[in-house]
Amino acid sequence: MKTTSECGPVTRRQFLAAGVVGGAVLAAGCKPGRQSVWEFFTPEEARTLSTICDQIIPADDYPSASQAGVVTYIDRQLARFYRAHRDAYRIGLQNVQELSQRHFAQVLEALTAEKQLQAVLLMETEQAEFFEMVRKHTFEGFYGSPRHGGNRDAASWQMLGLSEPPLLGRAQYDLRERGGQ
Amino acid sequence: MKRVNAVVIGAGAAGGIVAKELACAGLSVVLLERGKWYTAADCRKDDLRNQRTTVLGNAFGPEEEGNPRVWLDADGHPHTALPNEGSYQNNAACVGGGTLSYGAQAWRYLPQDFRMRSTYGAPSGSSLEDWPITYDDLEPFYEKAEWEIGVSGDYSGTPFHGPRKRDLPMPPLPPGKEFSILEPAAKRLGLHPFHIPMARNSISYNGRGPCMRCRWCVGFACEVDAKNGSQNTVIPVALATGNCELRTECMVKEILSDEHGRARGVAYFDEKGRLQEQLADVVVVSGCAIESARLLLNSRSRLFPDGLGNRYDLVGRHLQGHHYTGAVGFFDFETYDDLGPGATIAVSDYNHGTPGLCGGGMLANEFIRLPIHMVDRMPPGTPRWGLGHKQAMRQWHKRSIVIMGPTQQIPTAEGRVTVDPGVKDKWGLPVARFEGNVHPHTFEIGDKQASRAEAWLKEAGAIHTSRMSSRPEQVSAGQHQAGTCRMGSDPHTSVVNRFCQVHDVDNLFVIDSSVHVTNGGFNPVLTIMAIAFYASDALVRTWRGTGLRS
Repeated sequence: MKTTSECGPVTRRQFLAAGVVGGAVLAAGCKPGRQSVWEFFTPEEARTLSTICDQIIPADDYPSASQAGVVTYIDRQLARFYRAHRDAYRIGLQNVQELSQRHFAQVLEALTAEKQLQAVLLMETEQAEFFEMVRKHTFEGFYGSPRHGGNRDAASWQMLGLSEPPLLGRAQYDLRERGGQ
Repeated sequence: MKRVNAVVIGAGAAGGIVAKELACAGLSVVLLERGKWYTAADCRKDDLRNQRTTVLGNAFGPEEEGNPRVWLDADGHPHTALPNEGSYQNNAACVGGGTLSYGAQAWRYLPQDFRMRSTYGAPSGSSLEDWPITYDDLEPFYEKAEWEIGVSGDYSGTPFHGPRKRDLPMPPLPPGKEFSILEPAAKRLGLHPFHIPMARNSISYNGRGPCMRCRWCVGFACEVDAKNGSQNTVIPVALATGNCELRTECMVKEILSDEHGRARGVAYFDEKGRLQEQLADVVVVSGCAIESARLLLNSRSRLFPDGLGNRYDLVGRHLQGHHYTGAVGFFDFETYDDLGPGATIAVSDYNHGTPGLCGGGMLANEFIRLPIHMVDRMPPGTPRWGLGHKQAMRQWHKRSIVIMGPTQQIPTAEGRVTVDPGVKDKWGLPVARFEGNVHPHTFEIGDKQASRAEAWLKEAGAIHTSRMSSRPEQVSAGQHQAGTCRMGSDPHTSVVNRFCQVHDVDNLFVIDSSVHVTNGGFNPVLTIMAIAFYASDALVRTWRGTGLRS
């Protein structure tokens, strides 16, 4: 997997926005040249998105969206097939944080689970277009093939009681092969 | 390049058959295909990237980059469509065309489907018309297609089919779980359920083995090559004659014509992007309804300033596909099995004969069911996201059945393909643009079909149902696209004659779904194949060495 670091100007914006989070987060922030686990997101963006995705698919007896690798799926596609959606994510995630500040005076990740749900419900109306995109991508990452970075260990297929991998015949590729397509 | 007898543009369902028929008759043939030649080994079973579910693109083309189209909404505003978007109305770009990755339902249209105007009268504002040929004209060629391509199934359960001289060459696959649930319910409703005819080997046939019963058919290449398309039947036969050369990744720029207006060959970009000319005695356009119309419209000359064969502004009109509607049923017992092909049972009781409706369509259960297909198909009242949605997925995924079918669209002259005045593809060619829509009566028929699907599911024991019935903003053409070069006897109202010969240009043929006057209430591929055999037969009979007998 490529580990292109996506730091640059957006990180500086995030840096300013992250002032309320505290020094620990800043210290862990993306520095130029540092290798990130994300191909596109900053660590802050990934955390915000993870919080939203986990409201769309929360944990119960089975993993939540982020536990099943949905953020990895979205991150990877933003570096590939979903390049056209990069700005929508950059701006959309920033707007979600503004929404969280406006309504709850805290960053989204710091809210209680109950308030996070309220925030995502507000996002669904206030940022309808972005929310629909995140919802769609979250379902793709959770219920789609593990080869694209989501559905880790075929968690959703196990949850649905589907044979795993759901294939008959020659399996001529590794489902967990990275960077598929 | 060496002049040949015939150049065939497009190696899909029709083009592959034309190439084979002409090559077997001794004509020298060049078969041009814009896409690649994939094989069974290219089956990746990727649920997010295939020809059916295209969230991460098409597996078998066209490529995402450099192949846009444009559609105009009801207010006339243009929108760009990319190949993986529904509004693009895509059909695969590869050897085999749609037949490499289709579900392979291989239906004959019904006799009434060729006589829609005579049967129903044309609704006001529609362009509903009769074909100049009948079911009986095509019957021998339907049979030829069923045996040469290879179709399994069993029509004995239904009285709703045209006369047949010969049975299908293969029996149906053994029924799956959904068949056993839906069959008795249909019978209780007085319907006539039966095994869907499929271009799929149920037994070894044509040198290839039978279906292994995985459920990854529609959208995918068959990994054991048990699904029959032009790429593994007629095209290899064409090549084996030694008379046919297949050139892949070749995009035709225009059909060339001489000072008398006759076709003299084609100009095309080869796989390295170099402009080439291939001269030929006969040019056959088999690019499927959208690209065939686009090519004619882009082939302009002094005699045809608005495109070849387009003297009366008819090329591109009457665009059709199918209006798909249906329902999902939810059960309190497991309905799911992993047995392919999934779709197994159909009724054609509703194709014709409903008072007040101009036609109808077949209804059948669905092919592959992936979790990603079900996220927006939960019972009414299910939350769209959150814990409730996750639990609903768990509860219903294996306890649901989808029934839907292709409602026959009522065409209009305004529902059409043109070429966009501004947008060009990566070769610099003006792209296809969609305008207009089908006649609104289509949607009334579709709504009725959805309620029938719902009734069938309820009779089968569904405790919840939800209808799938929308009103698309543009013609739903896609893989079933048809109608843009209408067949007819009058040059003022049609583009080709009954033998698929362009009225104005005697050595130019359009042989594909473009010529369909109406598109039946069934998947169209077997009709496309039958017409290809039929038109090739006529072409070969009039062939006299280096030209056609007049």
